[in-house]
Amino acid sequence: MATSTSTSAEPGANQTARGSSGAPPFDAGRIRALFPALDQSVHGQPLVYLDNAATSQKPRVVIDAITSYYERDNANVHRGIHELSRRATIAYEEARAKVARWIGAADGSEVVWTRGTTDAINLVAGTWGLENIGEGDEILLSTLEHHSNIVPWQLLAARRKATLRYIELDAQGRLALEELPRLLSARTKLVAISHVSNALGTINPLGEIIGAAHDVGALVLVDGAQGAVHTSVDVQKLGADFYAFSGHKMCGPTGVGVLWGRRELLEAMPPYQGGGEMIRLVDRDASTWADVPHKFEAGTPNIVGAIGLGAAIDFLSEIGMPAIEQHERALLAYALDRIRDVPGIRVFGPDSLDERSAVLSFTLGDAHPHDISTILDMEGVAVRAGHHCAQLVMKHFGVSATARASLYLYNTREDVDRLVEGLDRVRGIFG
Amino acid sequence: MESPQLSSLYQQLILEHYRNPRNKSELEEKSVEIHMANPVCGDEIRLQLRIEGDEIAEAKFVGQGCSISQAAVSMMTTLLEGRSLDDAEKLSRRFTELMHGDAEAAKDRSLGDLRALQGVSKFPVRIKCALLGFDALQEAIKRSAGEATH
Repeated sequence: MATSTSTSAEPGANQTARGSSGAPPFDAGRIRALFPALDQSVHGQPLVYLDNAATSQKPRVVIDAITSYYERDNANVHRGIHELSRRATIAYEEARAKVARWIGAADGSEVVWTRGTTDAINLVAGTWGLENIGEGDEILLSTLEHHSNIVPWQLLAARRKATLRYIELDAQGRLALEELPRLLSARTKLVAISHVSNALGTINPLGEIIGAAHDVGALVLVDGAQGAVHTSVDVQKLGADFYAFSGHKMCGPTGVGVLWGRRELLEAMPPYQGGGEMIRLVDRDASTWADVPHKFEAGTPNIVGAIGLGAAIDFLSEIGMPAIEQHERALLAYALDRIRDVPGIRVFGPDSLDERSAVLSFTLGDAHPHDISTILDMEGVAVRAGHHCAQLVMKHFGVSATARASLYLYNTREDVDRLVEGLDRVRGIFG
Repeated sequence: MESPQLSSLYQQLILEHYRNPRNKSELEEKSVEIHMANPVCGDEIRLQLRIEGDEIAEAKFVGQGCSISQAAVSMMTTLLEGRSLDDAEKLSRRFTELMHGDAEAAKDRSLGDLRALQGVSKFPVRIKCALLGFDALQEAIKRSAGEATH
């Protein structure tokens, strides 16, 4: 596998592993205390937040960075000569440089700010896609995808008379990659694939897919919304052409995300939206464009969002992604062991820990996932219930919905125990 | 240990309707069929009515979803047969009042088994589950009334 997920620790590894760069030993309880929203009771019970695949909570340092920006530096970027504008511009562009280092981009020019992963995918569909996808061309997706990595391609395919094809799933919710040679051909122009499934936690073998796609001349876009959150990503080593992710799932604010693209691709692409910031010169009938990445960033950007995401990256870097990943894997192993003992439980996704991220998607007897979620909520345990914007996955397993508990760096074994106790309560009502 | 709110939400009668839904089948002759879904959570039903004059002669449904949505539509269908469209509309309004916490509606015997759903009013995010069947009913009434005037 080309991703650094292969560096992950053994399942069940000791929770006090040392982070990178001599950081203090990993202590989820200590980390939990850095997140103000986690320190509250819900329906009279201490909150256990297990809806991290939807969005993460924010550490105090990120909230402070946002407040401090508004209290001291607020100004528009790349426009003013005055002091506040200078400070805002520096902070905003420093955040871009942090993202570039975080994902191993060649430099900040390859980092385009977006509203999130969805916006980043739509950007590629609406620019590169419109220029490069034509009648009879094929886009290869998988049935594991989130709707945001399906619908933009459906819209594009309808406009360009192109065809969508899908990699199917096996019984464990893994990509049936033996079909890949049959699905790829010279007609394939793009493979758009998730790094990690939001619905099941399946980690996709990106290296193999990217290699096979490039062999037929197709580009590869990776939906990294659940990837960069849980594992360190090096986009250059990975070898993909585009990588998209969101800030709010990794301790940052909502409304900010990133499209990474190889520089020569970004330079060849037309602009996304027109407006201020993205131009060089404007005349009556035509204009010229700013250099990348600004060419794709029309209008006043989400300045505070970028700065908040920069603070989140500092926070995560200090703890160290390898330590976070090791903690999550150990906790996932514990959670799988415990939850599989609950009578009537059906857990979806790969059996092997090496092939899954910190997501537990399950059903329990004939209790509908909404009912599971309501009962857990009354116990203070927040999980997601529904189709998780992945209706093709639900269809594959013949269910309309699942309940999903997703873990993050601040979750503890006690949180998992509370989940299992809550499931006993569900069985008490529906048993 | 169990929260009183939860016990009032998941009354035995609700779970009983969820597991043994009434009138859950396809109508052979139907005057109107309404598909209603909640895209947020995936609950869905198809409500089928046979209407004679301005009276509901038969009401059936098929669907899938949470205990609240499925029990509510099951309970609703048991109250529709023989009811005029106006009367069904009144029932729908009364049930909506119940969902908004109206204490008088909770005592209203005309709501039948639906009164067991009173506890849903304490769970704002679940009210739309309980109303799914009645949303379909209102749409069916609107459509039938529209056709009658043509």
